[in-house]
Amino acid sequence: MTADPALSVEDLSVQFRTRSGVVHALDNVSFSLAKGETLALVGESGSGKSVTAYAVMGILDSAGRVTGGRAMLGDLDLLSATPKQLADVRGRKIAMIFQNPRTALNPIRTVGRQIADMLIRHGGVSRRAAPAHAVEMLRAVGITDPARRAKAYPFEMSGGMCQRVMIAIALAAKPSLLIADEPTTGLDVTTQAVIMDLIGDLASDLGMATIFITHDLALAGQRSSRIVVMHAGHVVENAQTKDLFANPRHPYTAELIAATPDSAQNLDALSAIPGSLPDLRRADLPPCRYSERCPRKVAACAQPLPQAAPGASHIVACWNALPDRAQAAYPPAVSAA
Amino acid sequence: MTALLEVAEVFKLFPAGGGASPWMRLRRRLAGGPENVPKVHAVDDVSFTIEKGETVGLVGESGCGKSTLVRALTRLIDVSDGSIKLGVRELALKPSRVFARDRDRARIQMVFQDAGESVNPRFTAFTAIADPLRRLRKLRGAALQERVETVAGQCGLPLQLLSRFPHQLSGGQRARVGIARAIAVEPDLLVLDEPTAALDVSIQVVILQLLQRLKQETGMSYLFVSHDLSVVRLLCDRVLVMYLGKIVESGPAREVFEHPLHPYTQALVAAVPRLHADGSNRLRLTGEPRSPIDPDPHVCRFYGRCPRGTEACQMTMPALRYFGNRQVACHFAEEALLRRHTAP
Repeated sequence: MTADPALSVEDLSVQFRTRSGVVHALDNVSFSLAKGETLALVGESGSGKSVTAYAVMGILDSAGRVTGGRAMLGDLDLLSATPKQLADVRGRKIAMIFQNPRTALNPIRTVGRQIADMLIRHGGVSRRAAPAHAVEMLRAVGITDPARRAKAYPFEMSGGMCQRVMIAIALAAKPSLLIADEPTTGLDVTTQAVIMDLIGDLASDLGMATIFITHDLALAGQRSSRIVVMHAGHVVENAQTKDLFANPRHPYTAELIAATPDSAQNLDALSAIPGSLPDLRRADLPPCRYSERCPRKVAACAQPLPQAAPGASHIVACWNALPDRAQAAYPPAVSAA
Repeated sequence: MTALLEVAEVFKLFPAGGGASPWMRLRRRLAGGPENVPKVHAVDDVSFTIEKGETVGLVGESGCGKSTLVRALTRLIDVSDGSIKLGVRELALKPSRVFARDRDRARIQMVFQDAGESVNPRFTAFTAIADPLRRLRKLRGAALQERVETVAGQCGLPLQLLSRFPHQLSGGQRARVGIARAIAVEPDLLVLDEPTAALDVSIQVVILQLLQRLKQETGMSYLFVSHDLSVVRLLCDRVLVMYLGKIVESGPAREVFEHPLHPYTQALVAAVPRLHADGSNRLRLTGEPRSPIDPDPHVCRFYGRCPRGTEACQMTMPALRYFGNRQVACHFAEEALLRRHTAP
C-alpha cells in the first residue's frame, strides 16, 4: 500500500455470459501491490483467482466481459487500454507464467526459438543476437547444458524443466510485474521448492513485483509477503502474511487455515468447511457470498459489505469478523490456535 | 499378526528404445541377442509387507516408479520377476489377463486419482458402483440394488445422486463414487492412487476423514500413494519412500517425517510448504534424477543429486538396512541416526 504501486486493481467486476445465465465471476475485487512485493491470491477452485489475472492481462475468454473497475499499471488502465497498448505492455511490463507449462508452450517450436521470439518482439534484441541470448536465459534459470537444451522441444523435457523455460520466456524482457498462475501445480514438492526459489530469487534480482496465484495456503504463506484471500469472486481478506496466519479475521480464512493438513496433529483435528460455493448465476446472490456457509452469520450480513478504510493494512470484508487479537488490550481467554 | 500382502524382490523392467530404427534393432540383435535391448528399471528389487488393517503410504516424485509398482501389485500389469503374496497365495505368476477373472480379484481394489476421468462417462453413479458387483460378486436385481445403496450410504453419497453421470457430480461426489465402487466388493486391500490430488483442501479433509472411518468400520488395509507428505503423515501408520525404482527409506510415518534419515527423504520433507515455517529449512535438490535406463548397479541411485555424494556412493549401491523399526538405504544412515539421538 505505497503511494506508487506496481499494480492497483480497483473494484474489478467480471461477468461471463453463458447459455444458462450470467455468471457474476468477480465482484468489486480490489487490491494493490507495491514495487518488488510478492502478493498471493489464495482461494478454492472457482473463487476467481485466475479470472482476476486473465482480466488484468486482457486475455479473458470471449464470453467474459469486464463490467467495471480499473487496473492501473502506472498511468495506464489495463482494462480500458487498446489492443495495441496492451500488446506493448504484455511481455515488456507484465508477464505471466501459466499453470501447465507443457500445454502453454508451443509444441512444434524448440524452446530456444520460443525464448528468442520473445526477445525479438519485446526485449529489443536483434534477430541475429537472439539465439545466443536465449541460451543465456536458459542458463539463468538453471538449466544444465543450455546450448543443447535450446534445441529441444517441450515434449523432450520434464515438467520442471518446461516450467523453467516458461519462466525464462516470461522474464526475457525484464518485466516489472510477473503473474504466476499456479506455477507449480502438477510438479513434485522437491521441484516445486526449487522453482519457487528460482522465481523468488529472480524477482528480487530484477526488483519485480509478483502476483502468485495458488490454492495452497501453506505455500502462499511461505512465498509471499501479503495474502489476498478470495471466495466466490469476492476478496474476503487482505493482510500481511504473518498477520493473516496469526490473526485471521474473516471466518472463511479461519476455516481455510483449519482445513490445511499441515496445521493438524491428526485427522480428527482437521475441520472441513461446510457447504459449497454459491451458484454465481443466481440473481439473488447475497451481498456476502459466504454468508450461506458462514457459522458467524448475523442480521447485518444482509447489508452491502463494509467498505475498507483507506490505507488500512488488514482488510476484512465481514460484518461479524473474528476479534482482532493484535488490537485486544488483554489476550483472549480462549486461544483459538 | 500375519502379513496381508507380502512383496518380495519385485522387478519391473520395460524395454526402452522403442524409437530405435529397424536397422538399429537388427544390429543390436546381431551384436548379442534381444537381451541387449536397454531396459527402463521402473521397479527395481522392491520388498515390503502390508499387515492386516495397516495403512501404508508410498511417496516419491513423479517417475520414481510408484504407479508402476501399484499397477504391478494390483495385478494390472505383469511383473518381470519377484513374488507378490496375498496371504498364502502367490499372485505374481498369474498373468494379469487371467487374474482379471480370478476369485481373488475382489480382494485387491483400487481408487484412481480423478474419478471424473477414471469412471466411464456413460455410466451413471449407480452403474459405476454396480459394475464390479456384477462381475465379481455375480449380484443381480434386488440384491444388487441393495448392495449399491448400502455402499453409497457408507460413502456418504446421497441416493438421489445415483442416477447422475460423472459430469453432473461435483469433485467430492465423484471421489465418493470412486471409493464406493472400489469398496463395494469388500476388498482386503484398497490401493489409493492420489485420491485427493484433484480436490480443494476443504473437500480433501472430508474425503480423508471418510477413508479413515471406512477403515475403522471394515478393517481394510490401505496402500496410499501420494506426493503430499502432509496428508500421508496424517493418514498413514507406516511410509515407504521410493526413489528411481528403489525403496530408500521406510518406517513409522511420524518418525520418518520428524527425523528423516535418507538425504532424499530429508530434501522431500524440507520441500513441503508449512503454514508456520521458520524459513531455516533450505535443503534443495539440484540437478535431474539419474537415468532409469540400465542404471549402473554399483552406483547409488541418488548419487549426483545427493548433497553428500562421496566416493563410496559411486562404488557400491547402499543396501536397504534395518535400524530398529526403520529401514534406510544410505551409507551414512548411522551418522544421521546418531545426529537424531544427540539432537535436542
